Amino acid sequence: MSLQQFMNEALSPWMKQDGPDSDIVLSSRIRLARNFSSSPFPLIASDETLEKVLDFFKEEYKGQSFRDYKGFEIVQMNDLEPVEKRVLVEKHLISPHLAEKPEHSAALISENEQVSIMINEEDHIRLQLYFPGFQLDKALEQASQLDDWLEEKINYAFDEKRGYLTACPTNVGTGMRASVMMHLPALSMTQQINRMTPAINQLGLVVRGIYGEGSEALGNIYQISNQITLGKSEQDIVEDLHSVVKQLIDQERRAREALISRSGVQLEDRIFRSYGVLKHSRIIESKEAAKCLSDLRLGIDLKLIDDIPRTILNELMILTQPGFLQQYAKASLNPDERDVRRASLIRERLQLENEE
Amino acid sequence: MECQECHQRKATVHLTQVINGQKTEVHVCEHCAKDKGYMSYGEENFSLSNLLSGLFHSESPSTFKGKQAHTQQQTPQLQCPTCGMTYQEFARIGKFGCGNCYETFDERLNPVLRRVHSGNTTHDGKIPKREGGHLHLKRELDEHKSNLRQLIEQEEFEQAAKVRDKIRTLESRIHEGEDGEQ
Repeated sequence: MSLQQFMNEALSPWMKQDGPDSDIVLSSRIRLARNFSSSPFPLIASDETLEKVLDFFKEEYKGQSFRDYKGFEIVQMNDLEPVEKRVLVEKHLISPHLAEKPEHSAALISENEQVSIMINEEDHIRLQLYFPGFQLDKALEQASQLDDWLEEKINYAFDEKRGYLTACPTNVGTGMRASVMMHLPALSMTQQINRMTPAINQLGLVVRGIYGEGSEALGNIYQISNQITLGKSEQDIVEDLHSVVKQLIDQERRAREALISRSGVQLEDRIFRSYGVLKHSRIIESKEAAKCLSDLRLGIDLKLIDDIPRTILNELMILTQPGFLQQYAKASLNPDERDVRRASLIRERLQLENEE
Repeated sequence: MECQECHQRKATVHLTQVINGQKTEVHVCEHCAKDKGYMSYGEENFSLSNLLSGLFHSESPSTFKGKQAHTQQQTPQLQCPTCGMTYQEFARIGKFGCGNCYETFDERLNPVLRRVHSGNTTHDGKIPKREGGHLHLKRELDEHKSNLRQLIEQEEFEQAAKVRDKIRTLESRIHEGEDGEQ
């Protein structure tokens, strides 16, 4: 187990398994924010305090295992090259915020990469746990057990009235952010997602594009998460999110059926054109790549394309990000060079799959 | 127009201050604006925490600079004894310095938390196993008490008596726990 493994594989081991509803739900995540009761929060803490927190984790948890989560490895931010940090961000193993503050910060990552505990981010501890597909309940249950495991040795900053105390008032209470990553091509194509967003917001949930800026969702991938952390129990928050995601899945399936019956040939044409672009282009921007990969994924879901597995798309989505491209090229690339590299990488990967 | 502070660079920052109804205009260069604190949050880009910190001020309707002078004059300096964070600082960055800040700024937090969490101000979720101590028992006690009320209303006195006994044991356990801690 080493840093090299985290770097080499675009897909974390857990991503290779299919979960429930994984044609639409890519992953479920629970994140818990926790702090030590006796130390100032990282934003204003002294170097000594931050070092103490980091040392504590190195001593107590390095190489440890908890149930399915084995061989925790400490990755310290100031040991990493910028491109390596970028790779970890693209794999969602660390947050961009952690990558930006290298001093005394680290991530404790399990061998299967399902668990990543960020140390000295905005809070002392940010524990996150991923599951493939739609498995929020299981993720919550196991995240809570991991939380108990940490609490055996750590006195958390907790208050009877306000709950788990966090640096930002938006996280106080449960300190929990539950989120689900969804591929919603039909709801995006028909603009329905934009109409649904305000209603979802009213329930205290947030919808946003996961890649790309602003409201634009690159590759039609959206993240739905809870906004409210105070005044509701973890179970209630997860239940609310669960029921909204369930409805989105149903709506997406219905929208797909409607698309096929109303404009089947056009849809088929769009999917196969995208497949053609991915297979043959020599230069491709990340935006176009994301669009084509989304179309291809839809084609696989609709059984129009059956010679490539779905996981390859998750892989290519991550592999074609700037950090990974450069990691593979073993050199820093300018945007034009990246577009060439991206095209050839996609071609090769699809070729490989067709040969097998 | 030249900067009215250094009289060297060009004035690029133009402010209108209203303090106690007195209106004054300020024309300074960016450098002096930062020096004199006219642009206290000019450096970072507009971020979530800026947005958030806006929530702390929104009760007093006044202009940009006047508002800051206002809060500094009228409210006594509230400072966290543990980490040294002042309320002004907290309101500016929108982040707490340590767990104890919650206690220190307690009386001013409810409006903020209500806005951020759809009207909620108190925790209703998980309690840590060790740190939570007798809180677990307290929650259990609350449940039994509401159960007891219900049973009495329904005139199921036999059941109610059992629940009452449970409440008594719980209460004595909580008392023991508290005594033990001291």
